[in-house]
Amino acid sequence: MGVGDPYGMHAAHAIVSGMGGIRTAGDLVARLQLNRAMKIDAAKKYVADRLGVSVEDVADPVAMREVREDMDLGTLNECPGVAKGIDAKFRIAKLLDLEINSVNIFKQKISGT
Amino acid sequence: MGKIQTRRGDGIRIEMTAAEVRGDLEKGTSDAADRAKVPALTEDELQYLFEIHERSDRVVGVDNGKEVCLTYDSCTTKIKRAHVSISKIQSLQVFERALGADTLELAHIDYSYKPAKPIVVFEKPIMEQALLITIPPLFYGAMPNLGLYSQPTGPCPNPMDLFPQGKIAEGRASFEEAIEYAVKDMVYVGSEMYETGADGINFDTTGAAGDAEFLAALRAAEILKKKYPAMGIEMGMASEFILGLHGEVEYDGVRLAGLYPHDQVKLAQKAGVTIFGPAINIIPSKSLPFNLARSLTYTKACSEASDIPVHANLGMGVGGVPMVLSPPVDALSRASKAHVEICRLDGL
Repeated sequence: MGVGDPYGMHAAHAIVSGMGGIRTAGDLVARLQLNRAMKIDAAKKYVADRLGVSVEDVADPVAMREVREDMDLGTLNECPGVAKGIDAKFRIAKLLDLEINSVNIFKQKISGT
Repeated sequence: MGKIQTRRGDGIRIEMTAAEVRGDLEKGTSDAADRAKVPALTEDELQYLFEIHERSDRVVGVDNGKEVCLTYDSCTTKIKRAHVSISKIQSLQVFERALGADTLELAHIDYSYKPAKPIVVFEKPIMEQALLITIPPLFYGAMPNLGLYSQPTGPCPNPMDLFPQGKIAEGRASFEEAIEYAVKDMVYVGSEMYETGADGINFDTTGAAGDAEFLAALRAAEILKKKYPAMGIEMGMASEFILGLHGEVEYDGVRLAGLYPHDQVKLAQKAGVTIFGPAINIIPSKSLPFNLARSLTYTKACSEASDIPVHANLGMGVGGVPMVLSPPVDALSRASKAHVEICRLDGL
């Protein structure tokens, strides 16, 4: 993105073009771009297949809220007992069959290796 | 037909006739096509752009299903610069939970690898804590900023002092020395942050100091990728054109001076970059239709040449966004929609 005030730059791009982050599955699609260099259509399809939803659903906040709650992947409005932060990422790594660096480091720490 | 409301590249509101808008769209795409030797936008694309400008809607957006991922050149500094008195971790949470961010980026307020190096020991615990409580991919980012390695603030003789004296060889040697320092700093900070758990590293505003800086970032990316094959690496550029301040440096047998985005991305990909960000500068005195068509022409060619995701830079003064710190949403939304849809981008 780039320089600018958070309203005029970051909120505006998010509304105009963004996937929505953890409101939808934007964070999951971004992981495949970052770690596997997957283009947007392939990354969306991969995520949709893993979640068992349509490609259209992955950027829909209503559909994805339900999916994220059901699969316990972390949601925007956190409720007691649901996955948050690192525990959500443990579940995301497993779901996407993806190595997440912080998850691997956390595992090393708790295993004492 | 009434006049069309638009802006100049410096953000000032202007009115143009339909013929003037069409004329500037054509001039903008021709300018980029001539310079980069890439295809101009098609008639259909120019008509689509005209219709975006013709609409009186304050905000426009991409069609449903065309949404893309967002990456940032720092999340934390944007909150600090707005003088919001919250911590870096809280800033990341604002982006995650209030601004719909698909990714996050932790950064030092002095956003370059050289100043980040001595404080990396203080950045690591912040990264560790942020990783525990946030969900999206978390980058650490900064600029290569080769200029910081020149005297009086850096260790190397300043090439911009040497060149006017006719000391061309000495100036080039100084750039080459600076490259070595910069690569070490980028690899050090990148390694420390990745071993702390960061999902990726961002080289932002790459090439601001020309071809030597681009080479330094490519070398750093290559070293980091060999060291950590799973590391995500984003490289965002400073300009559409690599300035030949050194003039002779090469990467993988390709001379870097004068490269446009569709060639820049190929080298970035070879070096191990996983997300590439072309940056097309605004000409402030020209209209937004001119600037937008110009930016789209370069960026579309880059996107078509790339096998890795392309996240175009659409910040202040780049990508058809006016050169103002508070971008007007009428202009920004048109630039955002047009780039995503015409260039088939993977992100911004």
